[in-house]
Amino acid sequence: MPPAPFEGFAHRHLLGIEGLTASEIAVLLDRSESYVELNRGAAKKQATLDGRTIVNLFFESSTRTRTSFELAGKRLGADIINMSVSTSAIKKGETLIDTAMTLNAMHPDVLVLRHPDSGAARLLSDKVNCAVVNAGDGSHEHPTQALLDALTIRRRKGKLEGLRVAICGDISHSRVARSNIHLLTTMGASVRLIAPRTLVPSRVETLGAEVFHDMARGLEGCDIVMMLRLQTERMQSALFPSLREYFRFYGLDYDKLAAAKPDALIMHPGPMNRGVEIDSLVADDFGRSVIREQVEMGVAVRMAVLEILTANLARTAQKNL
Amino acid sequence: MPKHPSPSRPTAYVNARLLDPASGLDALGGLLVEGEKIAAIGKDLFRDGARWRVPEGAAEVDCRGLCLAPGLVDMRVLSGEPGEEHKETLDSLGHAAVAGGVTSLVCLPNTTPVIDDMSVAEFIARRARKVGMSKAYVYGAATKGAKGVELAEMGLLAEAGALAFTDGLNAVANARVMKNALAYASSFDLLIVQHAEEPALAQGGAMNAGARATRLGLSGIPAAAEAIMVERDIRLAEMTGARLHFAHVSTAESLAAIRRAKDRGLKITCDTAPPYFALTEADVGDYRTFAKLSPPLRSEDDRRAVVAALKDGTIDAVASDHIPEDEEVKRLPFPQAAFGGIGLETLLPITLELVHNRELAMLDALRLVTAAPAKLMRLAAGELAAGRPADFVLFDPERAWQVDADKLHSKSKNSPFDGRAVQGRAVATYVDGRAVFAAESDRR
Repeated sequence: MPPAPFEGFAHRHLLGIEGLTASEIAVLLDRSESYVELNRGAAKKQATLDGRTIVNLFFESSTRTRTSFELAGKRLGADIINMSVSTSAIKKGETLIDTAMTLNAMHPDVLVLRHPDSGAARLLSDKVNCAVVNAGDGSHEHPTQALLDALTIRRRKGKLEGLRVAICGDISHSRVARSNIHLLTTMGASVRLIAPRTLVPSRVETLGAEVFHDMARGLEGCDIVMMLRLQTERMQSALFPSLREYFRFYGLDYDKLAAAKPDALIMHPGPMNRGVEIDSLVADDFGRSVIREQVEMGVAVRMAVLEILTANLARTAQKNL
Repeated sequence: MPKHPSPSRPTAYVNARLLDPASGLDALGGLLVEGEKIAAIGKDLFRDGARWRVPEGAAEVDCRGLCLAPGLVDMRVLSGEPGEEHKETLDSLGHAAVAGGVTSLVCLPNTTPVIDDMSVAEFIARRARKVGMSKAYVYGAATKGAKGVELAEMGLLAEAGALAFTDGLNAVANARVMKNALAYASSFDLLIVQHAEEPALAQGGAMNAGARATRLGLSGIPAAAEAIMVERDIRLAEMTGARLHFAHVSTAESLAAIRRAKDRGLKITCDTAPPYFALTEADVGDYRTFAKLSPPLRSEDDRRAVVAALKDGTIDAVASDHIPEDEEVKRLPFPQAAFGGIGLETLLPITLELVHNRELAMLDALRLVTAAPAKLMRLAAGELAAGRPADFVLFDPERAWQVDADKLHSKSKNSPFDGRAVQGRAVATYVDGRAVFAAESDRR
């Protein structure tokens, strides 16, 4: 017996936040909410996805996201296969489509894809019959991260609308930033981006965010301070002079945080570079840092996403009969 | 004896709208072909009142009012042969060319091996003659291996038939090498063609830098990467007094720089390609790799600037920029996919869009793809005149069709115009008086 289809979220795949309506996002968040309590209880397992197969296809290493999806699928009773493909193999070119076609022939219900190239999830979704969840494609989108961030904020602040959110760090290369900009602006929050010019992509303001290069000015009156991971390997391309200098001007410490609202929440998608983009004291400030809660919400959000897409898949399949 | 003997009888093409940009002719008339050459052309030639009276013994072809223009001269085409025959052979290239009304094309040196050696130049010319479709000419590489380090044997290559010199898909990045290439070429009065793109600025970029690239999470190639190289090379051309041509110019800023250089009397010319006046970065859509071109599709402001430069003569010619790439390298995530699109069969209809949109007069649009590139390449082509080779195209400027990449003659199907509704199509193409192409519906 397939689960009931989800009215209010009719999409077959979750490739990004861009294009989703506020009510569709709300459907996902509301459903996620119901799983938070389940996960906190002793009996964590449900049979919702009994008999379903989910493939975690990771072309980039990511223990956190992969584990989170794996746990989410298992708690709903699905069978999970983890596939990691080394980046050296994809340089040969055809691996994504070839792997997808091979997997497709095994009839999975959901493919969760992490890939270093923007647009990879969309390309894959054109080639397979199952639902595709984008678990991060290049610098494009990471929709479940934005959803878990939103769920964390909504539970702490009671709303998203009207909040002022600062996203700080390497905006250029961040899929987390793009998904969050789309989600937060769609839900009525205002978004500020704070970074040196070398880490801000061209015409990013067209996404609906305000750009600041000065941390103190950017953080002024913010309800949420979302730090991004700094990819230290990008030091090579001379985007900023040194980690020391970066921390001095763009690392989050109590001095800079003072510009934000006194009850501002501190967020980070992890893993953190302590002392580079965030000071350890701030990161571990349990009164304000919700970094661990973000991880917790991640499992709930992914359970909701897997459940909803699988239900929609069942509905599509029924329609095709 | 030529491989394809010319028709034994003279042939009179009557009732044609003769369009010759070189002489400004636009009139109903006739054309007489004798052997491989045009014997006569003119308004009302063979007209006798309401009828057409052709010379004794000549065959008569009634063109039914279709446009008869010089065969197109395409000065920027990449052949897959030698080296990448799975993408395009000289055979498929020749068939695609004549299907698009192109009777002369100039091949880029980026084959494998690179055309930096006389034997490769001669191989291509020989293979193209054997195919017997469009006439094929070659560029020589400006530097050995098109690597931008050592000068190629330009003088010897020119003797072997190379029309001009370029590293083709690669920019000559090193300013000293470029200066030397220009200076050396000028001693033989040879033309240097540059792909203007500052490589360090463009490095890693997948599409035009701007709002769309940011939204798609793709790294961008700034418009300034082109302008900086154009400005630098104009200085070098001025230093050396050389003839310099910029290929597929795509931005407002570089066009402004070229306009200023021309106003100062420098020997600077440029061309563009149909994607840059008919498409924009918006056509990348959701990671459409057929729209991944080099230079990248630019903003609407840049596109308008290209149209304006076509109108005011800053842009001298239009070339197809035909770069065949197969599925293997195109059906990949956008950042990994190869740059380039095919264009031989869409060169005429997309150029005619400028006429349909009332941006250019018919003869001015045709000049860009016939007489102008022929002049730049110093080819005896692109002109309808007695004594010239009988290379011409009959086309219907109104015929509406939809580009379907699968139906194009190129071996690779990577058309950035796939699916586009266009107007105007080659109906028949003639090379040295021989019919080398007839559109399907007209064969019946």
